[in-house]
Formats: sequence, C-alpha cells, structure tokens
Amino acid sequence: MLQVACVFLPLLGAIIAGCFGRKIGDRASQIVCCLAMGTSAVLAIPTFIDVALHGNARTILLFEWFASGDFHAPWALKFDTLSSVMVLTVTVVATAIHVYSVGYMSHDKSIPRFMAYLNLFTFFMLTLVTADNFMQLFFGWEGVGLVSYLLIGFWFDRHSASAASMKAFLVNRVGDLGFALGIMGVFILFGSVEFDTVFPLVPGKVGESMEFMGFHGDALTLVCLLLFVGAMGKSAQIILHTWLPDAMEGPTPVSALIHAATMVTAGVYMVCLLSPMFEVAPVARDIVTVIAATIGLVQNDIKRVIAYSTCSQLGYMFFAVGVSAYPAAIFHLMTHAYFKALLFLGAGSVIHAMSDEQDMRKMGGIWRKIPFTYAMMWIGSLALAGIPFFAGFYSKDMIIESAWGAGTGVGQYAFVMGVVAAALTAFYSWRLIFMTFHGKPRADHHTMEHVHESPPVMLAPLAFLSLGAIFAGFIAYETFVGHHMAEFWRGSILILPQHPSMEHAHEAPLWLKLMTIVVAAGGILAAYYAYMVKTSLPARLATMFRPVYLFLYNKWYFDELYNFLFVRPAVRIGRLLWKGGDGVIIDGLGPNGLAAVTVGLARRAGRLQTGYVYHYAFAMLIGLVGLVTWYLFYGRL
Amino acid sequence: MYAFNVASLIPALPEIFMAISGMVLLMVGVFRGDRSTRAVSWAVVAVFIVTAFLISRVSGPGVLTFDGMFIADGFAVFMKQLALAGSALALIMSIGFNEREGIARFEFPILFLYATLGMMLMISANDLLALYVGLELQSLCLYVVAAYRRDDLRSSEAGLKYFVLGALSSGMLLYGMSMVYGFAGTTRFDTLFEVLSSSEVGVPVGVLVGLVFIAAGLAFKVSAVPFHMWTPDVYEGAPTPVTAFFAAAPKVAATALLVRVMIGPFGAMFDQWQQIIVFVSLASMALGAFAAINQSNIKRLMAYSSIGHIGYALVGLAAGDKAGVGGLLVYMTIYVAMGIGTFACILCMRRKGRMVENISDLSGLARTNPALALAFAIFMFSMAGIPPLAGFFGKFFVFKAAIQAGLYTLAIIGVLTSVVAAFYYLRIVKVMYFDEPAEALERPVGTTLTVVIGATALFTLLLVVNPGPLLSGAAVAAVSLFGG
Repeated sequence: MLQVACVFLPLLGAIIAGCFGRKIGDRASQIVCCLAMGTSAVLAIPTFIDVALHGNARTILLFEWFASGDFHAPWALKFDTLSSVMVLTVTVVATAIHVYSVGYMSHDKSIPRFMAYLNLFTFFMLTLVTADNFMQLFFGWEGVGLVSYLLIGFWFDRHSASAASMKAFLVNRVGDLGFALGIMGVFILFGSVEFDTVFPLVPGKVGESMEFMGFHGDALTLVCLLLFVGAMGKSAQIILHTWLPDAMEGPTPVSALIHAATMVTAGVYMVCLLSPMFEVAPVARDIVTVIAATIGLVQNDIKRVIAYSTCSQLGYMFFAVGVSAYPAAIFHLMTHAYFKALLFLGAGSVIHAMSDEQDMRKMGGIWRKIPFTYAMMWIGSLALAGIPFFAGFYSKDMIIESAWGAGTGVGQYAFVMGVVAAALTAFYSWRLIFMTFHGKPRADHHTMEHVHESPPVMLAPLAFLSLGAIFAGFIAYETFVGHHMAEFWRGSILILPQHPSMEHAHEAPLWLKLMTIVVAAGGILAAYYAYMVKTSLPARLATMFRPVYLFLYNKWYFDELYNFLFVRPAVRIGRLLWKGGDGVIIDGLGPNGLAAVTVGLARRAGRLQTGYVYHYAFAMLIGLVGLVTWYLFYGRL
Repeated sequence: MYAFNVASLIPALPEIFMAISGMVLLMVGVFRGDRSTRAVSWAVVAVFIVTAFLISRVSGPGVLTFDGMFIADGFAVFMKQLALAGSALALIMSIGFNEREGIARFEFPILFLYATLGMMLMISANDLLALYVGLELQSLCLYVVAAYRRDDLRSSEAGLKYFVLGALSSGMLLYGMSMVYGFAGTTRFDTLFEVLSSSEVGVPVGVLVGLVFIAAGLAFKVSAVPFHMWTPDVYEGAPTPVTAFFAAAPKVAATALLVRVMIGPFGAMFDQWQQIIVFVSLASMALGAFAAINQSNIKRLMAYSSIGHIGYALVGLAAGDKAGVGGLLVYMTIYVAMGIGTFACILCMRRKGRMVENISDLSGLARTNPALALAFAIFMFSMAGIPPLAGFFGKFFVFKAAIQAGLYTLAIIGVLTSVVAAFYYLRIVKVMYFDEPAEALERPVGTTLTVVIGATALFTLLLVVNPGPLLSGAAVAAVSLFGG
C-alpha cells in the first residue's frame, strides 16, 4: 500500500494541478505538488529500508493490462533492491527540485502547468523503475519522453525552445523505435514480456540466432543491441546525444531533474535491470563500452557545459555496465543524481542572480555577491571531478578501476577514455567556475547591480543536495559496491563469475587511485592557468588551432551532419508530401478539387435553368425518350 | 354495372363532405364578398380538420367503392391526413400574408379546398381514370393559385409555365394510360395487377412503354429530375404561402399516387420500374444538391431543396418493400413539417412592408431576432440531416431500407449528395449567425406564424424523444399497401 501510494501520489498531484490549476491558483498548485512529491519521498524511505536493507523484495500486482492470446502484460510494481534504490533517488532529488521550482518559477505565468508536468514526470519515472515487464517499462519510457518534450518546450513562445523540444522528441523516437523492436524481439524469442519469465530462460537461448532485416545474427546480442539503441536515445549516448545540449532550453529545474538526475539515466537503469540478458551478450557489452566515449567541449552556455558533462558521466555509467560493473553504474547514477542536480540548480541560481543571463562570457566576478551559490557550485564541481571524499570520487573511481579490472581490450580502452574524460571534466568544471564567478565582471552595470542571492526556498534544496553530493558516496560505498555487495543486490543484478571486473577493482593498486586524483587536479590547474593566470591563452589557442577549436565548438559537427543526412532530406520529403502529396493530390482531388467540381456543377446546373418553357418541355421529352429507349434496348434483358 | 347504394358511399364520405362544404363556402363568399375572406379561410381550415377526423373513422382495410375506382385503406388514411395537415398549415400562413399584400380574396381558400379534394381523390384512386380526374382537379386549382397574384409578372409567369408544362405532363400521363389500357385491357389497379402478374409471355412492350409515360407524368408532379424544370421558376414566382403549399401538400399526394401506382398495379413489374425510380432518385438527389449551391434567392433554393428531398424519399420507393415505403412515409411526414416551418420563417422575412427573399437578407439574424434565427437554424440542420433532429431519421430510414434491399450504390450516392446539400443549408446558418447584421426584419411576425413555426420546430426538435407513433403509423400504412 505504501509503495502504491509512493508511485501514484505524483500522478494525483499532476491531475489536481493540471486539471484544476487555474481554479485553485498558483500557490495551491505548488503546495499540492510539493506535498504529493514530498510524501512520496518520505514513503520511499521505509520502502528502501524494508526492501533493500532487510531483503523483502516484492511485486505488487495491480491489474492485468494486456491479455491477448499468448501475450500478457500485467500492471505491477516491482520492488527489489535495484528499483528501490532508484525510487529513493528519484523521489528525493525530485522533491528537492520541486521545492526549488517554487522559487525559481515564481515569476512564471503558468505555474500550475509547470508543477503538474514535474509531478507527471516523476510518476512516469517511477512507473519506469518499478516496471515488472517490458510493456510497463515502455510505458514509463514513453511517458518520461513525453513530459521531457513538454518541459523542454515549456516556454513554447520561444522559437528555440519549441525547436529543441521537437529535436529531443524526434531523436528519442529513433531510440524508441529500437527499444520497441527490442521488446518485440524479446517476445519472439521468449514468448513473454515479463521479466520473471524472461530472465530464467536467458541461459537456454545463448547461441540461438535470429533473422533481422536480412541479417542473421546471435539472437540475444541482437535483442540487447536493439534495446541499447533505446537506451542510447534516452541517455543521450553519442550518435543520439545531440538533443541533450539543446534540451537546456527548458527551465533550469527541468534540466536538473530530467536531463541530469533521472530521465537520462533511465538507459543505464534499463541495462542494469536487464543485466541477465546483457551478461550473456558480450558483443553487445563491448559495443556499449566503445560507444560510451566522451566529447570535449568549449561551450559558452553555462547550462550546456553541464549538459555535456552529463553526456560524459552517462558515458561512465555505460562503460561500467559494459564491463559488467552494474552496481558501480547504479552507484554512480545515484551520486551523479545528487551532484549534477546540485550543479544545475546552482547554475539556475546564478542565472537567476544574473537576471536570466546564461552566457558565461557575460558573467564573471560575482562570487562575493552570491557566496552561498558559489560554495554550492564548488561542492558540485568537486564531486563531479572526483576529488577525494566527495561522492563522485567513490563512484567514478570504482568505475575506472572496474574498467581496468575487466582485463579486456575494450576495458582498457574504456579505462583510458575514462581517465582522459576525468581530466577534461575537471578542466571544464573549473573553467565554468572561473569564468562565472571570478575575473572581471563582464556583465553590464545594470545587471551587476541586481546580482543577488536567491531566496531561501531555492537555497534550501541546494543545501540538501550538497549533503548528498558530499556524503552519498562515502556512506553507500561499502553497501553498493563493497566486498559484500551481493548481499545487498540480492539477485536484482546478475554478474556472471566470468566477469570479475568489480572484484579486481577492489584490488586495484594505489597508483590507479592516485592517478585519477592527479589527473583531476591537473585539469583544475590547467583551467586555473588558462582562465585565471594567463587569460589570453584560450583565445590564442583558439586562433592557433582554429580548425580544432571550431570542430569542438560546433560539437564535432554532429548537428550539421545530421542536418545534412537526415533533417534536410526529411524536411524535403515532408515538403514534397505536403505540397505535392497533400496539397496537390489529396487537397486537389479531395476537398479543394471536390469543392471546385461542385461549384462547377452548380454553375452548370444553374445554367440549365434558362427560364424558357420550351427548354423545359424539351428536357421533359428528352428524359421521357431516354427512359423509353433504355427500356426498349436494355430494360427487358 | 355499378348499382347506386347510399351505404356504399360511406368510404368516400370525407371527400363528399369536403366537396359540399366547398360549394357552401363558395356561396357564402359570393354573397358576402371579400369581407368574408378571413371567415371563409378559417372555415376551410375547420373543414380540413373535420375531414381528417372523418377519414380516420370511415376507412377500413381496403374498402372499395364507386365500382372499385375508389379505395380507402390505411395508406390512404396516412397520406390524406398528412396532405390535409400540410394544406391547413399553408392556408393558415397565407391569411395574414394575403391581407398584408392586399390580395385577400375569398376564392383563395376555396381553391385550396378543391386542390386538397383533388389530392384526396388521387390518394384514394384505384383506377387510372380516377387517378387522372383527381390529378386534374388538383392541378387546375394549383395553376390558378400559382398565378394568384395576377398583377405580378413573376406570379403570372409562374402560373402560365406551370400550366403549360402541366398540360404536357398530363398528356404523357394520358398517353401512357391509353397504352396500358390498350395492351392490358383494363384500367383498374387490382385487375391490372392480376393481368400483369399472370401473363406468361412476360409483360407486353406496350405496357412497358405505357408505364414509362405514366411514371414520367407522375414524376412531373413530384418534381423529380428530369421533369423538375418548372419547380424553381414556380416556387420563386408564386406568392410565398402558395409556394409553401406547393412544397407540402401536392408533393405528398403525388408521392402517394406514385407509390400506389408502382406498388399496386405494376407491382409485378418491380424489376422494370425500379430502374426508373433509381435513376430519377439519383438524378434528383444530385441536382437538388448541386444546383442549389449557387442560388441567392431563398425560395429558389428551397425549390432545389425540395427536388433533392423527393430524391431521398424515392430511395424508399426504389427499395420497393414495406420497410422502404414505410421509410418514405416517415420521410414525407418529416419533410412536410420541415418545409412548412421553413416557409413560415421565410414569410417572416419582411422589411419596410415588403417581402425580401435573398439569403443575404438573413445576415446577422441571430443578433436582430435570435428566436427566429434559432428556429431557422433548427430547420436547416434538420434538412441537412444532422442528428438528433427529425431530418436525420427521415434519411436514416430510407437509406436503411435501401441497404437492406441491396441498393448500395443508391444509398452511398445519397449520403454523398446529402453532404453536398449540407453545404447550402449550413451556409444559411452561417449567414444568420456569423455575418454582420443587415437591417433588422420587421416585427412582430404575427401570432399564427409564430404558432406554426413553434409547432413545426418543436416537432423537428423533439421527434427523437418519441418517434414511436410516427414510425408505427407509417409501418401500418405501408403494410396496408402491400395488402397484408
């Protein structure tokens, strides 16, 4: 009962605020939504203790959803260690963000709508993580995609926002198609979409092959890859990552909740959940690992910088998954939720302080004016960069060590990439801090005068999340990824004994740990040198290596490439279908054509009516003759 | 030979009553002059009501009299009462109109009465000759009332056109009858049926040609395509209450006649005449839908609309079974109510003491006279066949019958043309509700008109609540026609 309430309270809040928001007013909507969310989070705590710590995993069957022939899909809430970790993370972070939104969105025109979307999103996210079968998973999956679209385009009167929301939706559609195909593949292969039925059957299906689009391949690998395409879309992995930076057009709390802490990690969650399948599909895991590479950046939008760091952090999680370090991935997912939400909300606080300015080039020198936010950004960045004893240190280290410990070629590749990414992450995190808070103010006088600390309703969630960013790693390390982690996960995650990357990770040599720290510190120092000491250096480098700079600045020209390969042809086809197919053929022959024919017929019919009696009589006689002729020739047949 | 017997006259008692009342009222009019017009008019309405009552009393299952030339059956009862209702309502509407226009003469109601008497005889005809006599009695009166406004060029033109073309159609009818008589040897419906159905070598060509001529003559009376050409000119030219009358009562009588002739004597030739009816029905629906679109005069538009409606009603006849005829009866009933109501609304279109007849004159009526606009809108929606208004049920039953009879093409084309027709009905609603108001129409519109509009609008609106009596009445009437 507690668990059901935990999942459905946000839905209730969304319905109340969404349908009656105008009636009950802004304030009431905020209260209802925050209350629903907060209660849900409070309920998640005993659930977590009961399920994860005391080992009372359970599945609550609500009702039969689909029943058609062999195809069944119940609606059930599955609570095991994995999902209860997710539920706890999601509800707690979401609550903090809800409260923050009250302050951040206080000047917006449609507060009830915003709060309703946030609540609705949390509901979909919770159904996703508590799914008991692929159909429900897909429902939550599409649901979060929908709300993500709605929230990115929340300020739909901005052209860039609606374009970004469409981009996010369309790119996700590509992923979702893969996911849907994957689910179909699962059904064909196993004859069921329920996890409890599918997973025990997996070992028996190893080596079976399947036909797909003319390919003949290993069935499990194929299914896993298709499912992973879905995860790539949702979790913004390279190839399908282009929507995420643009998604920053949404309000900042949205970026924090959806595009950092929760939704984008759904792909990671999904792969962990399906660990029994991915474990026996080594090729699939290798591809996951290789794809989860990083992307170096010189972006100027404060939020976009954090967005790209999300891409790389998700990359960490994915290559952890790829080397069978699922617990490490989930561990990083959790710590990342805290510190990334903290970073986003901190960035939101900065934007708020700077009168809605998002460009870092127009900031600078404001750290004295907003010390609290400044401190929060430091904590978040330290956690992100993996500086010891902050949350990110534990989880990220674990992942890098697991990659090293995997002892495979792709593991080594992931390890190297991970270390490089750690340096880059540290570099651009501090680039952000230095550009935003230090140096000479680059904003105009008017804006600088108005720089002010955010209201307590925004700072309190920041403080709360900072606790998570500092302590979550330290507290949860032993439980999540320690030597006795198997007792904690209790079969909700399967790691075959052939894949001992996590065990090896525990025995990682000291130099490895030190190396990651050194690399991170190096990144910070480089940023300090480039942006504090020798401030002309970045510009000079940019001019010296102009092609490289442009290549990076334009995000590896992914957008241009996609524009050329997909968007423009699609628009052209669309235009052809619209102008040619719809306009000329359907409208021309259909509504407009028929209307024109009708008008023409009407005119002709009217012209028949000459007003002359002899014409009328003639028509009558012709009619008569016609009828008689008809009968004489055909009527008697 | 026919032996005179007072008791045998009883089935025709209502008609005899009407004829005698008509003569009495004529005398009253002649002696009292035009001062008595109003009294005579209401007296004629009273005669209609009494006749309707008498009809329900004297008829039984297929009672014959006048040596089998006259039949009073359930079908006749239904159609006669419908025709009487249409005549009475049209006459009531005309009283105020004629007085305002200064053409109130006592002959007017008398002509209505005799036209209606002609309809009664048509509906009850059981012999080709009786049919012709009734038809001519009705038509002669109608020619006169069409040209009733002698000093108006359009009215006299309408009367003259109607007369010339009517004479032509009468000629066709008579020629057809003579062919049938020549080949079948009888003019009585029941014996004709026996002769034609017992013929072993098939139906003679002469009878077939005769049937075509008769069908053409009757199609003229119901203004079905291609014998419809008179309709728009006459509807436009005749005084509006006369147009309302034309659209209601004579249509009912002529349809009844067409149904009786086709189902009765020529019942055995169903396969042959079905083709005529299908063609005529299709052509009428299509022309009614397309030709009305360009009309700006509302009476002319209603003429095309009535052509279209006859097309839909004939769909029921084309099905040729009880369900089809029942559907046709339901359709005609609803059509009469909608038609009378619409013309009552058109009669309200007065401005500065003159009638206005253009659709554009209705602009913004919803703001200047919301009640009238609402009633008008109800009739237009109903004619377009939009549920839950009565017009929908009319179409529904004939199309259902057509589908059951396997006439899919007819039903589909019927539905498509009704979509086209919906355009000009809805355009009127659009003009009334969304266009900038024109100068307001004259008010008040008069009690009688208000009552007529209110009653027909309520009927149109509320038929959906209790359609049972109408449906069962129509079903009983249809069954009696098939002799069951």
